[in-house]
Amino acid sequence: MYREAIFIVILSIFLGIEVISHVPAILHTPLMSGANAIHGVVIIGAIIVMGHAETTGSMILGFLAVVLGTLNVVGGFVVTDRMLEMFKKKK
Amino acid sequence: MTNINIMNDISQFSFGISILEITYVIASVLFIIGLKMLSHPLTARRGNIFAAIGMILAIVATILFHQKDGKPIGNIGLILAAISIGTLIGWVIAKRVKMTAMPQLVSLFNGMGGAAAALISMMEFPNIRPELIAESGMANGHVLAILIGLVIGTISWAGSMIAFGKLDGWIGDMRIKAMKYVNLTILAVIIGFVIYIMTRNVQTAGELTPLIYIMFVIAVIYGVLFVMPIGGADMPVVISLLNSFTGVAAAMGGFLYNNQAMLTGGILVGSAGTILTILMCRAMNRSLLNVIVGVFGGGGQSNIAATGSVKEISLSDAAILLSYSKKVVIVPGYGLAVAQAQHICHELDKLLDEKGVEVKYAIHPVAGRMPGHMNVLLAEADVPYEQLIESDEINPDLPNTDVLVVIGANDVVNPAAEDDPSSPIYGMPIIKARDAKNIIVMKRGMGKGYAAIENMLFFNEKTRMLFGDAKGTLQNLVNEVKSL
Repeated sequence: MYREAIFIVILSIFLGIEVISHVPAILHTPLMSGANAIHGVVIIGAIIVMGHAETTGSMILGFLAVVLGTLNVVGGFVVTDRMLEMFKKKK
Repeated sequence: MTNINIMNDISQFSFGISILEITYVIASVLFIIGLKMLSHPLTARRGNIFAAIGMILAIVATILFHQKDGKPIGNIGLILAAISIGTLIGWVIAKRVKMTAMPQLVSLFNGMGGAAAALISMMEFPNIRPELIAESGMANGHVLAILIGLVIGTISWAGSMIAFGKLDGWIGDMRIKAMKYVNLTILAVIIGFVIYIMTRNVQTAGELTPLIYIMFVIAVIYGVLFVMPIGGADMPVVISLLNSFTGVAAAMGGFLYNNQAMLTGGILVGSAGTILTILMCRAMNRSLLNVIVGVFGGGGQSNIAATGSVKEISLSDAAILLSYSKKVVIVPGYGLAVAQAQHICHELDKLLDEKGVEVKYAIHPVAGRMPGHMNVLLAEADVPYEQLIESDEINPDLPNTDVLVVIGANDVVNPAAEDDPSSPIYGMPIIKARDAKNIIVMKRGMGKGYAAIENMLFFNEKTRMLFGDAKGTLQNLVNEVKSL
């Protein structure tokens, strides 16, 4: 049942390590910020749980989870873009 | 004949599900490419946008095509409302916040993700299917994923909020010797809870729900105590670590829903974040174990007592010294950023440049509050990219440097890192400031840096101090240089 998932996990671990090595120090902050936005993918779980919520209690928690997840995604990407914009404008 | 069978197999997938899965694959690929591009200066901005597109695709596809037991996503009005609220708030905060406050902002958003993961676990726990429990008891991967998601998500949230508060200056350090043991005990209690829950013999998970709330509270306490004793200089490492925690918590949702996008996205950040954390630890000569146990940061004792006296320099002397130099190196630290002095600093370097002085910036990897933070701040002030030199590269050049100006930096130029094996920063790579022919240190007072240790550089023969707020002092210096 989890065989496929474990396969994905192991490959992703190596991929993460491979992708991040040899990063110049100047990009550490934007990179951390960008990675921060990517784990906002948790919002998908929030949408699923909210989409099948039936009681008022779970609706409230689900709503909160979607709001928080969105904050993570939107805030993360916008802030990263703002940082990188500054690097870009001078040639 | 076989062809027809295959066609039948394909048609057994409902159309929506297969589109959803394809979209998740595309989203995962975009995350990976995005992260890869983010690690090169030229492609970084596009990489960020790629990852964002992947995220939007995954979200839209989930809302449109996700099904659970044949039921599509409901409550769509509320979901869209929640997304709109989150987007509005997130956008406004992200656009308004000052660049100096960037680290705490990353920490804040990270905490939001952790909280979302914890909430998902809390809601999914009572929903665990009785059939699953009847079949394999509570000791199954589904339950484990929920519990890990809850614990790690909560720790990440609570820890990030404390990190946010500390970086923003409204929470101080709290250091108690026994903290290490308290933290380890709490960690053991949490693991105990996980084992207890997974070995219960119950009909439905709902019976154990109160335990979930207790675990949540304990995890909050752990998250708080974990970050509380950590000094400001070590905060970047903690944020990076909590960042990878949230990644793992998000990946647990991937297990839960058998969702490939959450799995790849979460684990990718989890592993990349861990590597980034280790790189940062290495830059500061710390071990990751010390971070996890929550005992490191500041307060170390040094054998070398401060001897001699510091010598001050007047503004006009400093202006003359700088104007008639050939090579000047500026070492900016967080003090420069706090004083919002990066713009006036750039004005000084332009002024000197017009006088034929070659000006460069020496950037220590951990200058500022996060690795690379100083680069972002100087980029904001329009300092050209080529003028920013990493410490390893500039060190061999320092003996030929006429004046080295330290602005609001301390630990990154402290020679104790090379001389004093008992110093807490011993072994940390530094900018070898004392190799320069003259050194001017701009500082507010004789306070110590974040590592709270004496800096012998200030007592060096070649060093002259220029006391005052970085912005005011630089402004006066600029005026002096202009009037020469």
